[in-house]
Amino acid sequence: MVTVKVTETTSAAAVTQPSPSASPPILAAQDLTIRYGEKPAVVSVNVAIPENRITAIIGPSGCGKSTLLRAFNRMNDYIPEARIDGGVTYRGRDLYAENVDPVEVRRRIGMVFQKPNPFPKSIAKNISWGPAINGFRGDERLLVEEALKKAVLWDEVKDRLNESANALSGGQQQRLCIARALAMEPDVILMDEPCSALDPVSTARIEDLMYELKHLYTIVIVTHNMQQAARVSDFTAFLDAGRLVEFGETEQVFTTPKDKRTEDYVAGRFG
Amino acid sequence: MTRWSDRFPDNLRARRIKARIFRIGCSVLTWLSVALLAVLIYHVTRAGIGWLDWQFLNSFWSRRVTEAGIKAGLLGTLWLVSITAVLAIPIGVAAAVYLEEFGGRSRVNRFLDINISNLAGVPSIVYGLLGLALFVRWCQLGSSLLAGGMTLALLVLPVVIIASREAILAVPKSIRLAAFAIGATRWQTVRYHVLPAAAPGIMTGIILSLSRAIGEAAPIIIVGGATMIFFTPEGPMDEFTALPLQIYNWTTDPKQQFQELAAAGILVLLCVLLLMNASAVYIRNRAQKSRPW
Amino acid sequence: MASAAGSLAIDLDAKRGVRLREGAVVASLFTCALISILTSAGIVIVLFWEAAGFFKSVSLWEFLFGTRWTPLLEPRSYGVLPLVCGTLLVVAGACVIAIPTGLACAIYMSQYASDRTRRIVKPVLEVLAGIPTVVYGYFALTYVTPLLQQVYPDTLVYNAASAGIVVGIMILPMIASFCDDALRAVPESLRLGALALGATRFEVTVQVLIPAALSGIIASFVLAISRCIGETMAVAVAAGGTPNLTLNPAESIQTMTGYIVQVSMGDTPHGTLGYYTIFAVGALLFLMTLGTNLIADRVLHRFRETYE
Repeated sequence: MVTVKVTETTSAAAVTQPSPSASPPILAAQDLTIRYGEKPAVVSVNVAIPENRITAIIGPSGCGKSTLLRAFNRMNDYIPEARIDGGVTYRGRDLYAENVDPVEVRRRIGMVFQKPNPFPKSIAKNISWGPAINGFRGDERLLVEEALKKAVLWDEVKDRLNESANALSGGQQQRLCIARALAMEPDVILMDEPCSALDPVSTARIEDLMYELKHLYTIVIVTHNMQQAARVSDFTAFLDAGRLVEFGETEQVFTTPKDKRTEDYVAGRFG
Repeated sequence: MTRWSDRFPDNLRARRIKARIFRIGCSVLTWLSVALLAVLIYHVTRAGIGWLDWQFLNSFWSRRVTEAGIKAGLLGTLWLVSITAVLAIPIGVAAAVYLEEFGGRSRVNRFLDINISNLAGVPSIVYGLLGLALFVRWCQLGSSLLAGGMTLALLVLPVVIIASREAILAVPKSIRLAAFAIGATRWQTVRYHVLPAAAPGIMTGIILSLSRAIGEAAPIIIVGGATMIFFTPEGPMDEFTALPLQIYNWTTDPKQQFQELAAAGILVLLCVLLLMNASAVYIRNRAQKSRPW
Repeated sequence: MASAAGSLAIDLDAKRGVRLREGAVVASLFTCALISILTSAGIVIVLFWEAAGFFKSVSLWEFLFGTRWTPLLEPRSYGVLPLVCGTLLVVAGACVIAIPTGLACAIYMSQYASDRTRRIVKPVLEVLAGIPTVVYGYFALTYVTPLLQQVYPDTLVYNAASAGIVVGIMILPMIASFCDDALRAVPESLRLGALALGATRFEVTVQVLIPAALSGIIASFVLAISRCIGETMAVAVAAGGTPNLTLNPAESIQTMTGYIVQVSMGDTPHGTLGYYTIFAVGALLFLMTLGTNLIADRVLHRFRETYE
């Protein structure tokens, strides 16, 4: 696991500053502004999320991190007063174009929420329901097993697949939610502070899991925990008051931030 | 300088007495209301229990007290409540789903909202007049079970809608978001997650509203429920009577023995209602235990 | 896997089948919701259409201000005032019983009662509220009236007082439950603040809590009045069938609802003036309950105190 020691690594990262766009962007926000009523939550954000990498979005609470994340799979549609200007493209397609179906978007761009939210049904049903409604034809048992294995939950639950998901611990529930998202074979997984409701041991397991998964998926994670961002992510975006202050490779952002505000926040001197 | 005790003469004793009288007054009135239920039940039971037997349950209307019974009323009530349930449950739940899940905050939906709460305050006798003109006359259904059942369905519809909405509203938002995030449409989310989770609450509301329909006499009288029925209804177009109607009829009979029959009928009616309420409470408690949120 | 998804990603368009299915579902759900509007429209149209048949023969003036109501007997007369008066007499009787008692129950439950007591009192009140009104009619005629006759021997068999008393018992649970909610909605801090000044519970309740919860309390009274106006079976049984313009509660009277029941139980053929009278009376009844309901709504929203 990567541990960033802010003081040690200085010069090396500062010299090599590969642009985030080195790998082709899978998701990109263009001049994205989101308002709740009159209050802007995200202001003119331009950001390109690289494929098969983990990108962390950090910033003080209320800075618009979650709002930005939800714009990537149109979950903001469910906040009635949210208004969106600018655009988000996913592999070149405008997600907010007239004829785009948000349901189609979310089949490909999954999401894991802050609080584990398993369906009050069996463990197996939690996984198989998404594929089932989307017309999955194939071995359901295999699908469940595969998803649970990918989420490193299989060994813990394989004997009680038909028990209620509510009987699992919080950490297990969250991994179940990740498995549920994986079962849809998504292109991108958005994670909204996935560990904030979990204990340190469960947190570590989820971070390990993210590390495993990044070869297969693109992951965008919102976190208020800077250590977590530093540990797991390849790229980091720092948001403050709805504006994107800095975006770059995680090491660079944490060691040689270009902006004074980033420096203060990363050093814990913020606010 | 005046001392504290001079500026605030000790009036605590008088105030305490006033407070105590108030408290005792409130408590006496409360326990009196509770006692009323006991008095009512005792009074009805004493008058009616002697008439409760199989013959009473299994006989039709008669001029002779000893031969009269509530068979037609019981069966009529059963028919009525079945028709009401078949109509009011799907329509009411669907309307509630629309208002909670698909409605949003448009002008039309606010109007629907206000309209439903106003309908809930319309007296039942007015629904009877609606049923009389609309179903009995204009639709030419006559004074049939169907006309009565449809009238009662309209009567309980607002109650079903309001109770179902509350149950749907109580389902946590996170479950909906979870379903949306894996590419479920709104209807799939509602169908597979929201409705199953809200089912116990909806059931409780439905049972309570149907028990209201069972006790209603006024709209049935207006629609033309008869009292003297000497056959068991065979289909929804038959004429009918209902238990509350028979009770009303016997209560207004000058002969005391018939009033005692009314009491026996009331005992049957109250037993049915008690059973329904108990099942509603049971469903609610069981759901509360198994519910994760 | 990611590359496979990549090729899929081009197609984000809404699928026609899915869109059609969702559209059909929403349309049918909306239709069900629309039935409530149709019901309201139906009530208004039916009442006023059929009442119009009545007002072809009888002037609105005579109906509203005439003091004799004998539509089924010669000489016929169509002044609705005796029925309105009968209804109001029952309402007044019910309020005298239910308002103080209901409020006292609410105060007792929210301020004094232990949790255990609440667990007894609340369900009992719910049961009282759930008893069919025809049962209250029986209770009035066979229990309350004989009791009243013992106290005041001139009481008639059918009389306004016993109807008023049982209607009061019927609406008592509703007042108690609404007032209980209103009193509970007052923030605890207000209560503690008053207690900390050395006020007794009585003073806190009467001088702080009740004023703070006043809009909810008044609204519950108004709603209860609306229920009394529309209450049918208990008054049809107990109040009698003689439309009297009187304020004496020991006398027999007839309410608007009682009249409608009387006609419906009898044999008044469709199309006669007697048939139309029940719609004219029903329309008036509907307007009165609607009016009181709207007043209750207004009271609740206009005078509601907002707490942070």
